[in-house]
Amino acid sequence: MTHKIVVGFDGSASGRAALDFAVRVARAQGGSIVIAHVLEWSPYSFLTPNEIEERHKRRKEELARARTAVLDPVVAELAESGVETSTALKYGHIAETLCKIASDEGAGQIVIGRTGHSTLSARLFGSVAGSLAQAAPVPVTIVP
Amino acid sequence: MRKTVTAAALAAPALLALSGPALAQSLDQRINDTFANATGWFVSFIFSPFPGTSFPWIVAWLVVAATVFTVYFGLVQFRAFRHSISLVKGDYSDPDDAGEVSHFQALATALSGTIGLGNIAGVAVAVGIGGPGATFWMILAGLLGMASKFTECTLGVKYRNEYPDGTVSGGPMYYMTKGFAERGLPMGRVLAVLFSVFCILGALGGGNMFQANQAHAQISNVVGDYPGWITGLVFAGIVFAVIVGGLKSIASVTEKVVPFMGLLYVLAVLVILGMNADKIGWAFGQIFAGAFTGLGVAGGMVGALIQGFRRAAFSNEAGVGSAAIAHSAVRTKEPITEGFVSLLEPFIDTVVICTMTALVIIITGQLVTDPETGLYLLNEAGTAIQTVDGNSGVALTSAAFSSAFGWFSYVLALAVVLFAFSTMISWSYYGLKAWTYLFGEGRTKELVFKVIFCIFVVIGASASLGPVIDFSDAAIFAMAVVNIVALYFLMPIVKRELDSYMSRLKSGEIRKFK
Repeated sequence: MTHKIVVGFDGSASGRAALDFAVRVARAQGGSIVIAHVLEWSPYSFLTPNEIEERHKRRKEELARARTAVLDPVVAELAESGVETSTALKYGHIAETLCKIASDEGAGQIVIGRTGHSTLSARLFGSVAGSLAQAAPVPVTIVP
Repeated sequence: MRKTVTAAALAAPALLALSGPALAQSLDQRINDTFANATGWFVSFIFSPFPGTSFPWIVAWLVVAATVFTVYFGLVQFRAFRHSISLVKGDYSDPDDAGEVSHFQALATALSGTIGLGNIAGVAVAVGIGGPGATFWMILAGLLGMASKFTECTLGVKYRNEYPDGTVSGGPMYYMTKGFAERGLPMGRVLAVLFSVFCILGALGGGNMFQANQAHAQISNVVGDYPGWITGLVFAGIVFAVIVGGLKSIASVTEKVVPFMGLLYVLAVLVILGMNADKIGWAFGQIFAGAFTGLGVAGGMVGALIQGFRRAAFSNEAGVGSAAIAHSAVRTKEPITEGFVSLLEPFIDTVVICTMTALVIIITGQLVTDPETGLYLLNEAGTAIQTVDGNSGVALTSAAFSSAFGWFSYVLALAVVLFAFSTMISWSYYGLKAWTYLFGEGRTKELVFKVIFCIFVVIGASASLGPVIDFSDAAIFAMAVVNIVALYFLMPIVKRELDSYMSRLKSGEIRKFK
């Protein structure tokens, strides 16, 4: 088992908790972490002609914003932590994409934060944590 | 400005109460007469028959083109059908490109522009005039049209304009100018200007007035008769809010509801067909027999053929060039993949959905036959087949569905309104692209077009079906005249792309990601 940890990080407080936990584990094991930020996206959603025309431009903007507002600050902050960090920024279904990042990176585990209350939509469509528990190729840690 | 229009739309019913129905009806009448007079010459030119026959040259033009493309690309619509479905499923999409417009999204958006009244009202017009046999020619036209669509959409992506900010503009006007220049051909610019002019007219006609007209017909069918300009004002207000006011929420709600309505429509058809399963064989018998004998309908076999081809072209827009605008924004390394995806459009639109509507109208016995000869009876004017309640257009489809489920007319009314609305939004975009091609991009210039577009919503809802449908067809077919000329000159380029892609697909250079 490798000591590489994929952390699902969305900039929220629970994401932060997951990241802190992962950093502690990585430091203890001498491992590294991959900070993964996934932008929810379905290729089967419906768009208007105008949205289609602007999609490429919007995508560039969304990626740039995610990088500068979500990923760059934590990377800079972790630079002094002594833990080797890298980032992954992808579009897709969140749980599926985290699994894919884990296998592509050859990670040994996935860490995510818990969103808290079980919402109605989570009951209907399943939560990220639930889907990961079902489908992840590696052990998953859910940080409360 | 936006507030004024919305206020006007809200005030309309109150105004009606004040002015009384007589005055309102005469306003409709005036709009109708003026409109019919102004567009008559254009309509008669487009639909003029070959000398000595009753066969309009424009219908031959479309069918010959679709046949030429079908032969030239070696039956691409059948050869590449399975590959097209794989592309839509995303089997060949690089996961690293996630977040860009997918093939599925491009197809869905283009479909929501074409699926609509053509499938509901247009089919009823075709079957009402041409008899069940019109369905056969409609299906044939749909199958052949797949090749036309393939050709124009491949070119649309290949020659689109990409701007530094990442947005794209594409469509026939761009392949006319850039493609012709690349091949060293003259006149590309002239064709592009002509196409743009017709595209603006088509956007105002089939993409707007016909939609408003039939939406009004459907609503008044449910709630009772009232003047069309009221529906027109309300619709114009909403369209204005979306395309000028940038009210994205309405547009995106429509985009999400329309596919659902489409599914509901197909489901309802399947249930009705299931209830009348014993008659399906008979209905197909009528379709085949009518295709070659006419079964006594107006104009006989040729009448059935003309109606079938005409309504198919109007419904799936193959060869018209509009789809090339819709598909051109997709991000793909291979323009031809968008051509493959687009060829599914006439299949879904015409071969599947139009046929279903026709079957329901035939099976539920809306068309009156002579009990002795079994031939169809014509109405008093001799222009169409007699229907049970004298219905035509969308009202005929509605009557057919209601004979199975009484409440379905309400669902259909909602579907028609939503389809009409989403088609208007799509066509306002196509028209705008043609407009900006002619006059350049810029806020004021774009606003002028959008306001004109909204005014035509009111005219379309007020005029009667005859002049509106004639003008709509004429304008859309005029686009096809110019577009197909360009396709003939540029098809060797598509052929080269097709051969190269197919050989790379075979050699495994183009591989699946899933």
